[in-house]
Amino acid sequence: MSLHRVLTGAPRSTPATYREHIAQFGELPRTLDITKELLSSGLTGHGGAAFPTGKKVELLKNQRHGVQFLVVNAMEGEPASIKDRVLLSTNPHLVIDGAVALANTLDADQVIVCVPRDRPKLAAIVQRAIDERPTRARRDARIELQTPPGRYVAGEESALVHWLNDKETLPQYRPTRPAILTIGRSATLVDNAETCAHVALIARYGAEWFRQVGTTHRPGTTVVTVSGAAKPAVTEVPYGTPIIDIIRECGVINDPQAFLLAGFGGVWIDGAEAHRGFDDDSLRPIKATTGAGIVVALPLNACGIRETARIVRWMAGESARQCGPCAFGLPALADDLELLASGRRAEQTLSRLQSRASVIEGRGACRHPDGVVRLVRSALEVFATDVVRHANGNPCLHAQSTVVHVPVTQREEELEWQ
Amino acid sequence: MAMRKRGASFRLVVDPVRCDGYGHCHELAPELVTLDEWGYPIITANASPGNDRELMRSAQLAVRGCPRMALVIERISPQ
Repeated sequence: MSLHRVLTGAPRSTPATYREHIAQFGELPRTLDITKELLSSGLTGHGGAAFPTGKKVELLKNQRHGVQFLVVNAMEGEPASIKDRVLLSTNPHLVIDGAVALANTLDADQVIVCVPRDRPKLAAIVQRAIDERPTRARRDARIELQTPPGRYVAGEESALVHWLNDKETLPQYRPTRPAILTIGRSATLVDNAETCAHVALIARYGAEWFRQVGTTHRPGTTVVTVSGAAKPAVTEVPYGTPIIDIIRECGVINDPQAFLLAGFGGVWIDGAEAHRGFDDDSLRPIKATTGAGIVVALPLNACGIRETARIVRWMAGESARQCGPCAFGLPALADDLELLASGRRAEQTLSRLQSRASVIEGRGACRHPDGVVRLVRSALEVFATDVVRHANGNPCLHAQSTVVHVPVTQREEELEWQ
Repeated sequence: MAMRKRGASFRLVVDPVRCDGYGHCHELAPELVTLDEWGYPIITANASPGNDRELMRSAQLAVRGCPRMALVIERISPQ
């Protein structure tokens, strides 16, 4: 069922050394430009937005001042995801190889691997891998490690680049999209760590090999984190693999009532949709995406509204508080959801929640508030019967048990942005 | 084509990072801006100076009146 490509060799107790890496995958071919191969491979980004990697490279190639920096985004601020961590702790050199191949393609001089500073072990693994690599050929990019603060929005690409520029992990307002991010005056390519690992394989084995598995529109494999009804686990599967097969592989035994897909800014889907393939084409009819490869399975004995309230409360705390509708709107959504779950004054709460969601949508500098709105709307749809029950004044039967792993919200004075 | 003959379309745009919710834009251009329950602006209509000079004047007032310089008038590129 699972198909290990970027996770070849997993699980392993220590990350693959450079020598083991070369023995496993062979040397990275010294092709200077892999744009064509990337375009025909159909590889899309694995950080959540699923933008075609080849197109992104092409877009940056046409920049006047050239591209100097290649940023590997391994911030993984999404609490429901552990895939980038697992990948870097398994095949760190594969991720670096992909970044080097992209840097060569764009003639960039520097690769910057970003790992959150609250994961020192992971940072040490990356640093060791960087130090271990053979003295670079003259043309190769320099590779360095950076450790920005580990906030949820810190991994948003404009926030990440903002930090690399000015040491502030705040998302930037970009009126036109796709926006070209810059460090200093140089255009910068930001790619997710897993995306880089797939690039490294395409550079070696080619686009045709890459397309042998997965679906026509979404070829290749994806690393998925499954959590909720079972201990968080990671597996790599071809796109299009039924969700039910993915969760079984990760140790979810009973049929869940619902799934949270894509992440905390993703959507809930009904448990009856478990037969659907895990790829964006199969999920589009139910308005879901694969996002950063996340499946949270919600068991029958949990309350979807309550879980959503917990997630939204945390997401509200993770707002950078730059934009009013996000800073004030998200806590208001969390208040409404908590009231709704408790069954107190639930009827007025429900209509207020719906109108607040519409008011907030699309009014932030980044997509953080939009993700929360999407999550709330899907919860009201998928857990409609619970909503009605709560709205009639019945509190949740499962008020005590919670399932989704939500980190502890830091107090405001402890928030670290710099 | 018809659009172009009447002149380009414009709209009022808020930079949400700059905006601190002073609400002056709503005072100056109530026909273009309403406020949400937290006092932050919601742009309600497009200002097309080709057909409406009054709207454009309001939009300009709102832009000049914003203490945070968070508003701009943006040309809508014809699709």
